[in-house]
Amino acid sequence: MARIGPQEVLELASLARLQLTTEEVARMTDDLAAILDYVDALRTLDTTDVEPMTHAVPFDCPLRVDRVAPSLSAEEALANAPRRTESFFEVPRIVPVAGAPEDDT
Amino acid sequence: MIDVRGLTALAVADGVRVGKWRARDVVEPYLDRIAQLDGALGCYLRVDADGARRQADAVDAACKGGRDPGPLAGIPLGIKDIFCTRGVETTCASKILRGFVPPYESTVTARLGAAGAVALGKLNMDEFAMGSSTENSAFQPTRNPWSPAHVPGGSSGGSAAAVAASLCAGATGTDTGGSIRQPAALCGVVGVKPTYGRVSRYGVIAFASSLDHPGPFGRTVEDAAALLEVMSGLDPLDATSIPQPVGGYRQAARSGREGLAGVRLGVPQEYFQPGMDPEVETAVRAAIDELARAGAQIVPVSLPHTKYAIATYYLICTAEASSNLARYDGVRYGHRAEQVRSLEELYTHTRGEGFGAEPKRRIMLGAYVLRAGYYEAYYGKALRARRKIADDFSAAFAACDAIVTPTSPVPAFKFGERTADPLAMYLADVYTVAPDLAGIPALSQPCGLTRAGLPIGLQTIGPALGEEICFRVAGAFEARTDWHTRLPPEPAL
Repeated sequence: MARIGPQEVLELASLARLQLTTEEVARMTDDLAAILDYVDALRTLDTTDVEPMTHAVPFDCPLRVDRVAPSLSAEEALANAPRRTESFFEVPRIVPVAGAPEDDT
Repeated sequence: MIDVRGLTALAVADGVRVGKWRARDVVEPYLDRIAQLDGALGCYLRVDADGARRQADAVDAACKGGRDPGPLAGIPLGIKDIFCTRGVETTCASKILRGFVPPYESTVTARLGAAGAVALGKLNMDEFAMGSSTENSAFQPTRNPWSPAHVPGGSSGGSAAAVAASLCAGATGTDTGGSIRQPAALCGVVGVKPTYGRVSRYGVIAFASSLDHPGPFGRTVEDAAALLEVMSGLDPLDATSIPQPVGGYRQAARSGREGLAGVRLGVPQEYFQPGMDPEVETAVRAAIDELARAGAQIVPVSLPHTKYAIATYYLICTAEASSNLARYDGVRYGHRAEQVRSLEELYTHTRGEGFGAEPKRRIMLGAYVLRAGYYEAYYGKALRARRKIADDFSAAFAACDAIVTPTSPVPAFKFGERTADPLAMYLADVYTVAPDLAGIPALSQPCGLTRAGLPIGLQTIGPALGEEICFRVAGAFEARTDWHTRLPPEPAL
């Protein structure tokens, strides 16, 4: 039974913000189907009344003191940016300029 | 020149601390060995010779000035390329992080440095620690020093191979599903995954946050213990770091020499199943006999949910990975796609170009299991199964002090043997994933060689915060055997 098809793989890739080639979609469809078949074994396990375990050790979300401490300077934080303008990370235009054609950078 | 082949980390520190050697005189032969031999093995992604010399000179200056150079004085370490190192490129063996130079230092590497250790460079791994053979590195294969046709295991394959080949005296790794212990077993060295939260994850590039455990590699049990003592402890920079005092791991390792009287060792039948290599089974059963001769009482225990561990692990780790890897978007660091028409395209093209096949597979599987409508059936179910697996261990530890098993069902496999089928690769972790899910400590040490000359690993699993009993058992085995003294052949040039 094909439990996942190429269309669903493309939808997932869109959710995950991953561009996949045609070959990758085909391979991914097969791989995910095989892995999903394998993890189906869990369905036979009775987990009624079992509390989900989200963390390996008891964890009470400790709060730190809210005190100003040194952190990275803007220059250090920007040092790895592939594109920057002044003290900003640069990304393609999100909001179109009124009356202007779509920016294509 | 000091012959560093087979040298232990603590022999280095002892020599430097008493003034027998200068740290610089130890670092240089390691740098020479790397320059001569690593071309054949591929352990290092980059060597920081200048940085290593600077750190060694600082240790020597401390000694000369009468200051304590630290418990790890002059020990040359390899650092898995998942640890952020300030000013030294850190890629997680991924093209998407090529060129990333961290502006800060991980807690683990900072602590090791403060204790006098010297970082030689960054070690190869499976991309984002996803894999069991280091074949998923975006940059290079790493060869098993015992046989160049075989993989070193993974994901910390560079770390295990570098220690085995004496290209460093110890190394750091991370273990999410077995990524320290499995390569340690396949390369014939000691690898330790401590209790979850025992070692800070600050500055360790995240794969699956509830499962990521940093830990050490050493040539001997006491070497690994000494490194873990320094790496461990509460860190305010990691909210999941635990406050309990750090144990006396070196002392525990040494105490094993006195034998194991009064220690109950559990042997789970579920870890000796069809499919395991007969030579592995023979060696591990012989090791358990040796532990019995050391005075341990061997008791059968059962971990009935073992058969669900791999499925549970892959549902949880992919869910967490798909979330953690969302940060790679081409904006703040790493690879950025060119010629894009929108922000959406910047994300999808950057990620499509930057991630290799395995991270893509796991991001996709994680996105699938977290989808509305599927979440409870997959991710929710796995979280419940995780508790059943952890409860197995709690029940077993009512009847024993530690559990001994094989680390891996098979010795090192050949390049390409498992790459075509991701599930076959996932099953390489069948004996290591459960302690990660439970968050309990586990150690692998060498316990034999196959007829073909490939190492076999013995795993000792302890209860939460039971690192000391793991070190005691492993110390006892090491004191009675000489597997840890075996060295792989020198690489052919």
